[in-house]
Amino acid sequence: MDRVADAAAAKADQGARRDLGLRSYTPLRGAPDEMLVNGTIRPLWQPLIDHLRSLTEDGLTRATGRADQYLRDSGVFYRQYGAGQSVERAWPLSHIPVLIDEADWTELSAALIQRADLLEALMADLYGANRLVADGHLPPSLVAGNPEWLRPMVGVRPRSGHYLHFVAFEIGRGPDGKWWVLADRTQAPSGAGYALENRVATSRAFSSVFEGQNVHRLAGFFRDFRDALVGLRNEGDGRVAILTPGPMNETYFEQAWIARYLGFALVQGEDLTVEGGRLMLRTVAGLRPLDVLWRRLDASYADPLELDPASRIGTPGMVSALRQGGLTMVNCLGSGVLETRALMAFMPALARQLLGAPLAMPNIATWWCGGAKQRARVMADPSRLVLGAALGTGLPFDRQGDAIPAASLSSADLMDRLARDGAALVAQEAVTLSTTPALVDGRIVPRPMSLRVFLARTPRGWQVMPGGFARIGAAADATALAMQQGGTAADVWIVSKDDVPSITMVTPSEGPYRRASPGALPARAADNLFWLGRYVERTEGIVRLLRARHIRLAEGGRAALPLQKVVDKILASYGVEGRDGIPQGLLETLGAAVMAAGQVRDRFSPDGWSALNDLDKSARRMASRVTAGDDAARALSALLRKLAGFSGLVHENMYRFFGWRFLSIGRQHERALGMTNLLAVLADADAPPGALDLCIELGDSVLTHRRRFTVASSRQTVIDLLALDPMNPRSVRHLVDGLSEQVQVLPGASVHGQLSDLGRAMLRCQADIATATPETLTTEALIDLHGRIASLSSLLTEAYLR
Amino acid sequence: MTTYALRLVISYDFARPIGAGRQLFRILPADVAGVQIVRGAKVRLTPDPTDRGEFKDFFGTRVIEVAMPPGLTQLELVLEAAVDRVASEGFLDISPPLARLTQELAAWRDIGPASPHHFRTPSRRIPQMPEVAGFAQAAVAGCVTVHEVVQALGEGLHRHMTFDAKATSVDTSPEDAFTLRRGVCQDFAQIMVGGLRSLGVPAAYVAGYLRTDPPPGKARLAGADAMHAWVRAWAGEEMGWIDYDPTNACFARADHIDVGFGRDYADVAPVTGMLRLDGSQKGSHQVDIEEVLLP
Repeated sequence: MDRVADAAAAKADQGARRDLGLRSYTPLRGAPDEMLVNGTIRPLWQPLIDHLRSLTEDGLTRATGRADQYLRDSGVFYRQYGAGQSVERAWPLSHIPVLIDEADWTELSAALIQRADLLEALMADLYGANRLVADGHLPPSLVAGNPEWLRPMVGVRPRSGHYLHFVAFEIGRGPDGKWWVLADRTQAPSGAGYALENRVATSRAFSSVFEGQNVHRLAGFFRDFRDALVGLRNEGDGRVAILTPGPMNETYFEQAWIARYLGFALVQGEDLTVEGGRLMLRTVAGLRPLDVLWRRLDASYADPLELDPASRIGTPGMVSALRQGGLTMVNCLGSGVLETRALMAFMPALARQLLGAPLAMPNIATWWCGGAKQRARVMADPSRLVLGAALGTGLPFDRQGDAIPAASLSSADLMDRLARDGAALVAQEAVTLSTTPALVDGRIVPRPMSLRVFLARTPRGWQVMPGGFARIGAAADATALAMQQGGTAADVWIVSKDDVPSITMVTPSEGPYRRASPGALPARAADNLFWLGRYVERTEGIVRLLRARHIRLAEGGRAALPLQKVVDKILASYGVEGRDGIPQGLLETLGAAVMAAGQVRDRFSPDGWSALNDLDKSARRMASRVTAGDDAARALSALLRKLAGFSGLVHENMYRFFGWRFLSIGRQHERALGMTNLLAVLADADAPPGALDLCIELGDSVLTHRRRFTVASSRQTVIDLLALDPMNPRSVRHLVDGLSEQVQVLPGASVHGQLSDLGRAMLRCQADIATATPETLTTEALIDLHGRIASLSSLLTEAYLR
Repeated sequence: MTTYALRLVISYDFARPIGAGRQLFRILPADVAGVQIVRGAKVRLTPDPTDRGEFKDFFGTRVIEVAMPPGLTQLELVLEAAVDRVASEGFLDISPPLARLTQELAAWRDIGPASPHHFRTPSRRIPQMPEVAGFAQAAVAGCVTVHEVVQALGEGLHRHMTFDAKATSVDTSPEDAFTLRRGVCQDFAQIMVGGLRSLGVPAAYVAGYLRTDPPPGKARLAGADAMHAWVRAWAGEEMGWIDYDPTNACFARADHIDVGFGRDYADVAPVTGMLRLDGSQKGSHQVDIEEVLLP
């Protein structure tokens, strides 16, 4: 519908093509522009620019709005650090994609494949015979003094035969119009997932142009890489997983996203253990072999035993497993050494030495200041050089504290620093980048651009993702490219003259169809799902209690006081202060739910995650302005509806496997506890008047009670309906039956017909309730039952969640 | 040549059963060409590990790798080894002047395990320490050769510091120990390594055992010998590595038994993993080194 609206707007506006500031679009002096050549728009760009100009102001706003909406809906964000805390920020998409001609791209790809091969050969030498140092091609200090050269990995041959399987290059177009490599990314390159999200968002904004031009699709690259990872498994039962540093990592969103997209488990160091030289995943069904690990974790954190002992996110024994060929690590631990800035100085010579050919694409001119000749060169003309740490790995424009313009030092100071500290320094030519059009305040302006290109090793050799992740500068100055400094990201379209194949992730690869078995659920993920279920349910219980309290406050006045006291006591047992409209204790419970959900982002649909976050944000917003009484009651009703929305999404859409089971078990367990507790307090003989009706209301069973019992509520009717009635979804009986059903299908529920401890305890609870009557289910019996239901939680934890 | 019977017992008592865990032990004496020969070594662990292996780390140290079952309340490791050690006393100083060491290093192209290049820059546990660097400068004033520098710094440190087993722990930084002017062999060695590196002398941390002579007229006490640490400095191409023990202000002699070397304590820590030799767990160790008189 939006597209029709655009078209209509375009039609109405026809003949009145807007200028969008194009007349004053002037590329920077001394830098090429992606769109303009000699003042005219390249044919490649014409369709997109025409389309942009044909849109009305509203049409353009709607188009870019569609992209932004998509990003918000799918929960794409990035984490910004500063002032001791990190916050999630909306994803800064630059809406105009970078367009690159297919012929240009083909040449560029070949050059990058050559560089990937060069890095592989360099890696094999650095972790093998070290001939390059011995023969004088590399200075010893760049290796032996390099914290990224991991000694425990020296001599460890990768099981797959290759050290590198997934690399990225940061490239830019220099003043001469040629592409240059700005940095090698071999440790654990991020951005491929973001590139995909940028693609989806951008193609939503400009779908007609996207479909009208032959833009290469990205899915084929991911499918090939997924298949390549699966192919790296040894024969047998091993699995593939993605290793993440955890939710506090800058790019955790992307990791969770890509895990979902590729269908691999997202695991953390503590999910893994090493047994008999193999890497094992702790799952709810016990230890399961993991055979291929794509790490998004910096290598030194991977194993506290043999690498950084301070690491709390690693797996003791990981290096040992690699030494014994127990898994394939993508990329090999130690690959971060290739990112060393000073290595750039040696790449041209290394290419000749290792590949017998010159570099097909140069990298930025670099001088390692440990050599006398190089120091002399730096002294001779420091004007366009940036001085940085030789062993640094930052991008040239990241402006890490260590890099300064060489010309900012006096000649004497420079000479002194070079003489004193030369081996630790590197001089690099300051980066001048090409510009590309960006939409800023409704006008098209030139902005500097660099490109991250991704390469994946497949059985057919290196594949280059036809597209990439473009960084667009916040200002004309090339140093403002980093997102932390206000830079933005853009999609990259590789445009072909011919039709391009349309591939999706679901396009089957060759060979017979096999249904993949659902992956084993890591115990930590199960634990988080269980607690997510409990916290969400607890939130609901608290909201219902609060609402009932505030309704009575608004209606009852003094008469309701004794009942209010009882409610406050129940609320206090959850750490909630009943007097406030939206109390802190409620926000904390909800916060705990969001936290648990954040740990298992890869197992959630974006919709579920958005719904939960929306709920959390609404509650926080309300907390600041809701007043006690009627106002609070209405706000709480709104929250209750949002909660139902979240539960519905999860219930309707989550795959019925172990993950869903633990979530449901958590909910049912918490609900059974809550209901038993309510009955013990409100159906007690000493409870104040109105307690029984309150109980029915909290149990959401007012209508049912009216229908089933023509009489007024009594202890008998309430206990019957809310404790013993197997048909009432909120009765303790129903909940315990449900729990029991779930527990029976968990792995190891019975061994050779023998029930597990959990199964036995479960069965006893179930039998007791099934045989109880309203008369025998006294307050004492309810309290006892509450205790026994509570103890199921620790039995479950013991059996599955650690 | 002296032959020793070495016995090491490490034992732990845990108040509560501990979870399963992995453990590395660097305790086996090393074979060092011309200096030390291991005739045999046996390690017994009680209870049995679930997994056990051995490998050599980058610097050639033998590492015993074990995985222990969960629920441990006690653990004991017993090492029994027979080691021949050649006394290397009274050698000729053929080391270059300190000023020439840089050139020799620049020409040194190998980065194998025994290369001096690994031991020039700060490491995780031995950062740059301006105070120590200043002390080192002063201590070696007037020295010419690297050998003289090593000896002068070692003796200076020995005078400056007091041996005190209670003042520091295994995690005390060498900077802090230097400020306290107190510590044990680990502190002495790490401070000296830092000092030598600041002067441009490649220096490694050596872990091993030390046989302690009883005072004259007294009988040897069981368990009086110790795990020990000292310093290995690179004295140029011709002279190679020399071992100096700053805790005892002497070059390493027949009383020293090598286990291994690395950039600092962490590279050759006797116990790495869930267990530690000090701190909250109740751990203890005992070393006995007896001279074996061969017929």
